[in-house]
Amino acid sequence: MVEVHLWSGLRSLTGGQQVVEVQARTTGELLRELVRIHPQLKGPIDAGVSIAVDGRVIATGLTEPIPEGSEVYLMQRLRGG
Amino acid sequence: MALDDRKSQFTFVGTSPDRPDGLDKVTGRAKYGADAYAPGMLHGAILRSPHAHARIVKIDTSKAEAHKDVKAVVTRADFAKVPFKPGLEGEFWNVLENVMAGDKALYDGHAVAAVAATSALSARDALKLIDVEYEVLPHVTDVDKAMAPDAPVIREGAADYSVPEGMHPNVVRYHESGHGDVEAGFAEADLVIEDRFVTEATHQGYIEPHACLASLGNDGKGELWCTTQGHWIAQKTCAALLGIETAQLRVSASEIGGGFGGKTTVFIEPVALALSRKANRPVKIVMTRSEVFRATGPTSSASMDVKIGMKKDGTISAAQGVFRLQGGAFPGAPGDLTAMCAFAPYNLTNVKQTGYDVMSNRPKQAAYRAPGAPMAAFAVESVIDEMCNELGLDPVEVRLKNAAHEGTKASFGPRYERIGLVETLEAAKAHPHYSAPLKPGQGRGISCGFWFNHGGETSVSLALSEDGSAQLMVGTPDIGGSRASMALMAAEVLGIPYENIRVTIADTATLGYNDVSHGSRVTYASGLATIKAAHHAVEKLCERAAAKWGIPVDAVKWENGCAVPSGSNAGDFDPMPLADITADMGSTGGPISGHFEATPEGAGVSFGTHIVDAEVDPETGKTSITRYTVIQDAGKAIHPSYVEGQFQGGAAQGIGWALNEEYVYGEDGRLQNSIFLDYRVPVASDLPMIDTVIVEVPNPGHPFGVRGVGETGIVPPLAAIANAVSNAAGVRMRQLPMSPPRILAALKGNG
Amino acid sequence: MSKFHVTTQVNGDEVEFLCDPRETLLDCLRDKLNLTGAKEGCGTGDCGACSVSVDGRLVCSCLMLGVEAEGKTIETVEGLADGEVLHPLQQKFIERAALQCGICTPGILVAAKALLEKNPDPTEEETRYWLAGNLCRCTGYDKIIRAVMETAAEMREAS
Repeated sequence: MVEVHLWSGLRSLTGGQQVVEVQARTTGELLRELVRIHPQLKGPIDAGVSIAVDGRVIATGLTEPIPEGSEVYLMQRLRGG
Repeated sequence: MALDDRKSQFTFVGTSPDRPDGLDKVTGRAKYGADAYAPGMLHGAILRSPHAHARIVKIDTSKAEAHKDVKAVVTRADFAKVPFKPGLEGEFWNVLENVMAGDKALYDGHAVAAVAATSALSARDALKLIDVEYEVLPHVTDVDKAMAPDAPVIREGAADYSVPEGMHPNVVRYHESGHGDVEAGFAEADLVIEDRFVTEATHQGYIEPHACLASLGNDGKGELWCTTQGHWIAQKTCAALLGIETAQLRVSASEIGGGFGGKTTVFIEPVALALSRKANRPVKIVMTRSEVFRATGPTSSASMDVKIGMKKDGTISAAQGVFRLQGGAFPGAPGDLTAMCAFAPYNLTNVKQTGYDVMSNRPKQAAYRAPGAPMAAFAVESVIDEMCNELGLDPVEVRLKNAAHEGTKASFGPRYERIGLVETLEAAKAHPHYSAPLKPGQGRGISCGFWFNHGGETSVSLALSEDGSAQLMVGTPDIGGSRASMALMAAEVLGIPYENIRVTIADTATLGYNDVSHGSRVTYASGLATIKAAHHAVEKLCERAAAKWGIPVDAVKWENGCAVPSGSNAGDFDPMPLADITADMGSTGGPISGHFEATPEGAGVSFGTHIVDAEVDPETGKTSITRYTVIQDAGKAIHPSYVEGQFQGGAAQGIGWALNEEYVYGEDGRLQNSIFLDYRVPVASDLPMIDTVIVEVPNPGHPFGVRGVGETGIVPPLAAIANAVSNAAGVRMRQLPMSPPRILAALKGNG
Repeated sequence: MSKFHVTTQVNGDEVEFLCDPRETLLDCLRDKLNLTGAKEGCGTGDCGACSVSVDGRLVCSCLMLGVEAEGKTIETVEGLADGEVLHPLQQKFIERAALQCGICTPGILVAAKALLEKNPDPTEEETRYWLAGNLCRCTGYDKIIRAVMETAAEMREAS
C-alpha cells in the first residue's frame, strides 16, 4: 500500500480526505486506483497531474515505478516557458 | 531511468567553444521565420477586432474577394469544427477560438478574418475591404474587476471542476495547497505582516515577430515553416484545427529569434495553412510588432495578498498567500503554479497558498520564463524584506535560516531531493557585492527564486559517418546555444572532438515527437537523450571492435574515443579509434547509429539568489540599477558562457518587468502601447554589467548532473529590485512596474 | 499604382529594383534583393534589427523608403566580411558568446562597426549609448558590450 497525499484543494472531491491509501506499483496504476476509490478525482486527473515519488517529480509518465512505502504526492500538472 | 552512465570528470563538458551556428548568425545568412520564400508564394494578412468585447454580427468579405490581387479570404468557417470543452481540456478549442474568432471578438486584436494576396501591400489593402458588423459588449481587463459580481461574463461554462460554488464565471480554475496550521503559526509569531501586491502583464518581447510559410493542398498534405519553440506541438495543433492528419503535415522550425515561452503555441500558422488550402498556393504571414503585442501571449497580470509570521530570530512561523492571475479571454493563467512556487524556497511548518485563474478581455496569456513564479516571488520576498528591516535582521541570514534543503517538505507537498538553494545563499553572503559599501541614495535588495524544471517527451538520433564524424538530430529548437551544448555532451560520450559533431534541429518528418523547448528542459532532456543516443552508438562500436578482435563484447570498453580491451585477461590489442571502426562499417554490419526516445522524469527543481543595487533619483523618480549579481544552481554547466547568458538575459528581462514594462489598457479596453517606443524594454544604456556565479549542485536525475537554467533567472529580479528600490527610496513599492511616475507618487505619499 | 525603378549600390555591387513608393528600404533589401540579413523587429525604428549604413550613416532601413535609395551607397551585414575573412567584430561575437538567438546580431554588428569607425576607443558608457537603439532581449547586453570593447582594443593594437 502507498499513501497518496493530495493537494488540499482536492478535499472537496474526496469527502474531506487529504491522504488516500492505494495499492499501486506504477504511477499509472496509482491514478487508476485513485479514480476507482474517489470517482470525482477523474476531473483533476484528466485535466493533468504530476506525481512526486520520494521527492522526484514525475511530470507525465504513467509507467514510473512506485516502491513500497514511498512518499507520494499528487501535484498540479507542471507547465513551463 | 537507470543512470549507469553518470559522470563527474569531463573533457569537453564545462568548456565554452564557439557555437556551431555562429558563422551563419554573424553573417546574416541564418534563416529565421520571415526569411523563407517559395515559388508562387502569396502574402497573408489578418484583420483584427478593434473592440475588447463584441459580438460578430456579420462579416462581408465580398469586396475583398473581388480585389484583383486577392486569392483567398478565410474566416472561422474555413477551420475544422473543434468541439467546445471547459478548462484546459478544451485546449484545441481555445487555440482555434484564439487564432480566429467565432461568435465573439474577445479582446482588442482578436483575429476575425484573413486574406492572401500576391503582395504584402495588396493583402493589407484588401483587409480594409472587409466589412465586419460588431455589437459591442461590456468588457473587463483588470483581474480584480473581472472577479467582481457585476463583471461582464467572458464565456459561460468555461470553469472546470476545481472552482468552488458561488464564484464569478470568469474564475475558471482554483488551486489550494499547503500544510500545517497557519493560524496557529501566526499566533506564535512576534511579527506578522500582510500586504497586497499588484503586477501588470508584460510581454516576452522577443525581437523576431511570429512568421511562417505554409503550404497545404486539398489532399490533406502540408508543409509548414515557422518560428517556434516546438514544431511538434505546432504540427499537432495545426492538424487538429485544419482537420487533417498530424503525420501529413511536415513542420520545420526556422532559426528562432527569441521565444521565452511566447512561441510555445500557434497564432498565425493555422491561418496561413487555411489560406494556402483555399488559394492552393504557399502563403507567408509575418506579424507586425503591434500584432505581436496585441494578439500573441503576454504574461498574466496579478493581484496578490501575502501574509507572513516571523519570530524575533527570523524563523518564519507561518506563511499564507492568495494569488489572482488574469490570463486573458481563455483559461490557462498559472494561478496554480504561482501559488505552488510562492513559498517553495522555504522550510515551513505552516503554509497555505491559494491561486485563481481569471479570464478577462485581453489576449490569451502564454508562458514567459517560469510562468507565475516571478510575481509570487515579488510578493513573498518583499514581505520577507520588510520583516528583516523591521526586526533588524540580515536578509541573507534570515533566508539561510529558513532555506529549504534536501529532505525539506516543500510548500507544494513532496520532500526535496538534492537542491542548491543554500549554496546560492552562501555564495551570495561570500560575494564581494554583498559587503560592498553603498553610496547615499542607493539601496540593496536580495531575493531568492524557485522554479520547477521540466523533462518532457524527447527523441534524439545520432549517426556516425565513415570518416568518424557524427551527426546529431535533436527536436528542440535552439534558442540560446543548445546545439553547442548537445555537441559537447555527445563529444564527451563518443570521445571525438566537439568540432566533429554536426547538430541539426530535425523537422517533424525526420525524428520522433519532441516536446517544446520550454520548462528549462532542453539541456536537461535533449541532453540526456543525446548522452543515451551516443551510448547506444558506443555499444555498437564496441560490438564491432569485439568482432574484429574475436573476443566477447563484454571484454571491450570505450575510452577516449577508442575501443579498448576491458582488462588484461581480455587480450592484448591496441586501442581501436572510432574512425577505424566506422571506416568499414558498411561491410562489418552496416551503418552505426544511436537513438533514444523517452520522457525523462528527473528534471529536478532549480533555485537562484540575486543581489541588486539601485539608485533612485528623488527629482524624477527614475531608478538606475548600479550593480547586479546573479547566483544560480546550474547542476552542471555544460557550456558555461551560455549558462551565464541565460542568467544575464533573465535578469535583464526582470529589470524591464520591475521598472518599465507593462500592458496599458485604456477605458475602451484597447491596448495603448503596442510598439517598442511605448512598451519600453531595457536598452544597453539602461543596464550595468550583470555579474554571474554558477553554483553546481549536481541534479541526481541527469547523467552529468544538469539542471535547466533557462527560467529561474527571471524569478528573483522583480523582488530583488523592489527591495533595493524600497530601501533606496525609503518607501515600500508594492506595485509593478516601478516606473518614475509611480515612484514619485510613492515618495510624495510618504510625505 | 505604378512602381519606381531604383538604381543603387549595395555592398559594392550596383543593383536595380522596381518598388512601390510605400515599400521601405528594408522591404526592398529583403524581398527584392534577397538580402535577408537585416531583420524587421518593429517597423517603427525602435529595435535596430534592420540597421544598415547608407552613405556612411547608420540608419534603420525600416524608416527609409526604397525609392530614397536611388544613387546611394548601402552596406548591410552581408557586406561586413572580406571574402572568407570575418570582420573582427563578427569573429569576436562568436568567440565571446555575444549572441544567443541571433536575431538582433546583424543590426548590432552594423551599428558597432559604425561606432568603431567614428570612435575607435569608446568607453563602456559610450558603447552602451551608441547601441541603445539596438534591442537585444536574450543577453542583457553584457557580453555584447564586452565583445565590442574588446574588438576595439584589438583593432587599435593592430592599426
